[in-house]
Amino acid sequence: MKFLIVLFMALQCAMGAHADEAAPLAEDPVVEQRLITIAEELRCLVCQNESLAGSRADLANDLRREVRTLIRAGKSDAEIREYLVNRYGDFVLYRPPVKPTTWLLWFGPLLLLIGAIWLLVTVIKRNQKQRDIPVLDDAKRAKAQALLQETDSSK
Amino acid sequence: MKKGLIPLGIFVVLLIFLAIGLTRDPHEIPSPLIGKPAPDFTAPVLGKPGETFSNKDMLGQVWLLNTWASWCVACRQEHPLLVEFVKTNPLPIVGLDYKDKEADGIKWLERYGNPYTHTIVDADARIGIDFGVYGVPESFLIDKAGIIRYKQIGPFTPEALRDKLVPLIKELQS
Amino acid sequence: MIPELGHFALILALLVAAVFGTLSLAGGQQGKAEWMALARPGAQVLWLLVGFSFVCLTYSFYSNDFSVLYVVQHSNTQLPDIYRLAAVWGGHEGSLLLWLLMLCSWMMAVSLFSSQLPDAMVSRVLGVLALIAVGFLLFMLFTSSPFERLVEIPVDGRDLNPLLQDPGLVFHPPMLYMGYVGMSIPFAFSIAALLNGRLDAAWARWTRPWATAAWICLTIGIAMGSWWAYYELGWGGWWFWDPVENASFLPWLVGTALMHSLAVTEKRGLFRSWTIMLSLIAFSLSLLGTFLVRSGVLTSVHAFASDPKRGVFILLFLAVVVGSSLVLFAARAGKVRSGGSFSLISRETFLLVNNVLLTTAAAAVLLGTLYPLIIDALNLGKLSVGPPYFNAVFAPIMTPVLLFMVIGIFARWKSDSVADLTKKLRPIAIVSVLLGCTAPLLAGEWSALVAMGLTLAIWIVLASAVQIYRQLKDTVNWKSTPAAYWGMHVAHIGIAVCVVGITMVKGYETEKDVRMTFGDTVEVGGYTFRLTSIEEVPGPNYKADRGHVELIKDGKVLRTLHPEKRAYFSSTMPMTEAAIDTTITRDVYVSLGEKLEGDGPPAWAMRVYYKPFVAWIWFGCLFMALGGAMAALDKRYRKKMAAKLNLKDMKGAAA
Repeated sequence: MKFLIVLFMALQCAMGAHADEAAPLAEDPVVEQRLITIAEELRCLVCQNESLAGSRADLANDLRREVRTLIRAGKSDAEIREYLVNRYGDFVLYRPPVKPTTWLLWFGPLLLLIGAIWLLVTVIKRNQKQRDIPVLDDAKRAKAQALLQETDSSK
Repeated sequence: MKKGLIPLGIFVVLLIFLAIGLTRDPHEIPSPLIGKPAPDFTAPVLGKPGETFSNKDMLGQVWLLNTWASWCVACRQEHPLLVEFVKTNPLPIVGLDYKDKEADGIKWLERYGNPYTHTIVDADARIGIDFGVYGVPESFLIDKAGIIRYKQIGPFTPEALRDKLVPLIKELQS
Repeated sequence: MIPELGHFALILALLVAAVFGTLSLAGGQQGKAEWMALARPGAQVLWLLVGFSFVCLTYSFYSNDFSVLYVVQHSNTQLPDIYRLAAVWGGHEGSLLLWLLMLCSWMMAVSLFSSQLPDAMVSRVLGVLALIAVGFLLFMLFTSSPFERLVEIPVDGRDLNPLLQDPGLVFHPPMLYMGYVGMSIPFAFSIAALLNGRLDAAWARWTRPWATAAWICLTIGIAMGSWWAYYELGWGGWWFWDPVENASFLPWLVGTALMHSLAVTEKRGLFRSWTIMLSLIAFSLSLLGTFLVRSGVLTSVHAFASDPKRGVFILLFLAVVVGSSLVLFAARAGKVRSGGSFSLISRETFLLVNNVLLTTAAAAVLLGTLYPLIIDALNLGKLSVGPPYFNAVFAPIMTPVLLFMVIGIFARWKSDSVADLTKKLRPIAIVSVLLGCTAPLLAGEWSALVAMGLTLAIWIVLASAVQIYRQLKDTVNWKSTPAAYWGMHVAHIGIAVCVVGITMVKGYETEKDVRMTFGDTVEVGGYTFRLTSIEEVPGPNYKADRGHVELIKDGKVLRTLHPEKRAYFSSTMPMTEAAIDTTITRDVYVSLGEKLEGDGPPAWAMRVYYKPFVAWIWFGCLFMALGGAMAALDKRYRKKMAAKLNLKDMKGAAA
C-alpha cells in the first residue's frame, strides 16, 4: 500500500510538470533582469538604432551572452560598460559618458535654460519700463467702450 | 539689426555641420583598438581538430587578421583580391572563420582559393567581440610588437589595399 | 502611358508654380492687382495638377504596373489592396509626392478660406508657398521621380516592407505630413508680414487658426506614430527618441509655443518678433526633419534609403528657404518691435515663461539629436545619444511648464497680484498634492516620480474644472462663451490625461519573458494567461503561427488573445503581431516569440506585458487635438471684421 502511495505521488509530480506555471525563458531570472537593465542603455551596433535589449540580430545575441557571462562573473555595471567600450568605443553607449567631448551635450541644456531665464528677466524688465498705450480722449474712449461691448467676452 | 542676425548666424553654423555630415558615414564605427595591443587569443585551426593557433605565434612579424565566413556575400568580393595580393606581397594573412560551420568554411576556401598562412575558427564570435568586430569582413593589420595599427571595415577595395595597406606594411616592416 | 502623364503633370506644376508664385509675390510688393489675382486660381490649378499626378501614381500601384521602378520596389501582386494604395507613400519618392500634395492642399485651403484677408496678404502668402512648391518639384524631377520606368519589366515586385503592411501606414504618414507641411502656412504668413511691414493684431488673428490646424495634424500624426510603434513592433515601447521621432516632435514643441505666442500678439499686440521667429523656426524644423530623414546623416529605423545627391539638394533647399527667411527677419525685425507693457505677475509673463521653456526643451532635443553628427564632423569620434539622455534632459525642463500652465490660465492679462492668484490657486494646489501623493499607494508601490506626475496632472484638471464651473455659474450668458475657451480647457485636460498615462506606465508596467507549452500559465499584473494552442494560418502574402492565449482574471476567462508570428514570403525576418487587450485602466500585451528547440512537447517563447493606463497617452493626444479643433473653428476667425479691424489696428499701431 505504501508503495502504491509513493508511486502515486511520484506520478503526480511527473505529470504536474506537464501543465503549470510557465518557466522563465532565461536560465537565471535575476541575471536576466540585470541584463535587461544594462542592455537597455546599450546600442545594437548592427541595427538601425535599436537597443541591445530589444534587438534580435545575431551580434546582439552574442553580446547579450557576453554580458550574461560578465554578470555571472560578478562584474559591476560600470565594468561591463567599460568592457564593451574598450572593444567598440563610446558608440555602444546610449547614455554618452561625461567627458570633455560631451560637456556641451550634458551641460548644454542647463546653459540654455540659464540663458533662457536671463532672456526672460531682461524682456520682462524692459517691458516694465515701457511707456504704456497712449491715453484716449473722451470721445475715443466712448467709441472704444461701445465697440468693446459688441465684441464677445475675451476671457 | 545686430541682434536679429543671431538666428541667421546659428543657422549658418548648423548648415556647415550638416554639410560635413553628408560626407560621413554614420554606420562606420572606428575601432578604439588602434594603437593598442591585439587581444590575446588561442583558436582551433580549421579542419585540424586538436590543433590550436595563438596570436602570440605571430610576434615579430607584421601580419593581417582577416575575418570571413562562407555565408558572407561581401567576402566573396574581397577574397579574390586577397588571393592575388599574397602572390606579390610577402604578408602573412591569418583567416578567422567567423560564426561558421567548419565544413562550410573548408568548402568555401576550396572553391574560392586560400590566401591564408593559417586559418582559424571563431564559432561563437568570442574572438570577434574581443576585436570589436561587428560585421564581416573586417581586417586588422598587426605589427611586430603585436599592436593593432589599422582596421579595414568592410571588404578591401583595390584602392584601400594600394593606398592604405601597402605603404603601412612597408613602414612597419622596416 | 499613365506614369508619363503623371510625370508630365509634375512638369506643368513646376511651371505653374514658378510663374504664379513669382508674379503673386511681385504683385503683392508692387500693388499690381492683375498679378495678385493670379494667386488663388494659381493655387487651385497647382492642386489639380499635383493631385492628378498623385492619382496616376496610385493607379500604377493599383494596376500593378511593374514597368514603374518605384512600384517594383514597394509592391507585389500578393499585396492586399489597401496596402497597395498606401504603398504609394511607402518609399522616398512617393512620400515626397505626398508631401507636395499636402502642400498644395493647404494652399488650396488658404485660397478657399481667405475671403476676409486683403488680397495683398493672400498673394504674398500663396506666392511664398508656391515657391516652396517649386523647390520640392525641382527636387523630385531632378533626383527623386517616382515615375521612372524600367526597360525590362519584372514579373513581380519586391513587396512592401512587412513592418509597413498595417493600417498604421494608411493614416500615420498622411496625418504627419499634413502637420509638417501645415507649419508652412504660418511661415508664409510671417514672411508676408515681414515683407509688407504690417504686423498687427489682425495679422495674428488671421494666422492663428492655420497654426492651430497644423498643430492639430502634427499632434494626431505623432500620437498615431507612437501607437503604431507600440502595437506593431512587438515589444511594447511607444517612444524611443529616435532621430525621426524627434524630427516630428521638434516642430510640435515649437508649434505649441507659436500658438500661445499668437494668442498674446492677438490679444495684446505683444511678442510680435517672437511670434514671427517661432513660426519661422517651426517650419525650418519641418524642413530640417525632412533633411535628416532622407539624407542618410543619421541612423534610424525610419530613415529612407539615402543617396548623397538627395542630401545635397535638400540641404541647398533648406539653406535657401530658411536662410532667406532669417535674412528677411534680420532686416525687418526692428520694424516689428512691440510696444505695450505688462507687469511681472500677469498672464503674459506666464505665457512667455512657458514659451521659453518649450523652446529650450526643443533646443535640448535638437542638441541631442544632432550631437553625434557634430562630434563626427569635428573628427572627435562616434557617439550615440539615446533615450537615457533625452529622458534625463527633457523631463526636468517640461515639469515647470505643467506647473505654470495653470497659473497662466488664472492670471489676468496685463497685471495681476500674487495675493489674488494665491487665493484662487491655493485650494487647488492643496487638493492636487493630497490626491497626487496618495494615489500611488492605491496602485501598489509609492514612487516619488509617480506622485509628482499625478500631482501635476490633477493640478491641471482641477484648475480647468474650477474655471469651467466658474464660467458656467458666474457668467450671465455662458452660451456666448467662445468655443476657443472650451477648446483651451479640453486641450489642457488632454495634456493632463497624457501625463497620467506616461506616469502610470513608466511607474507600474511589468513584463515576463517565459517559455510556454500548451496548457502552461503565466501571471502578470494580477492576470493569468494560458496558452491553449498554436496553429498555422495562411495569409494573403504570408504564413503565420497563431497562438490562442486565454486571458483569465479571478478564475474567469475574459477573452482569448491571438498573437501571431508571421513569415512574409518576401522577407527573411519574421514579424510579430502582438495581441493586445485594452481597457480604460490597462493594456495587457502578449507577444509570441520563436519556437524553442528541445525535447518534450513543443514550447514557445512568450512575452507578456501589463501596461497600466497606457491608452491614456494617446487619448490625451486626441483630447489635445479636439481642444485645438474647437479653438481653430471658433466663429471669431470666420466673421468679417472690417470695422473691428480698424480698432485693433489703432490699438496695435499706437502701441
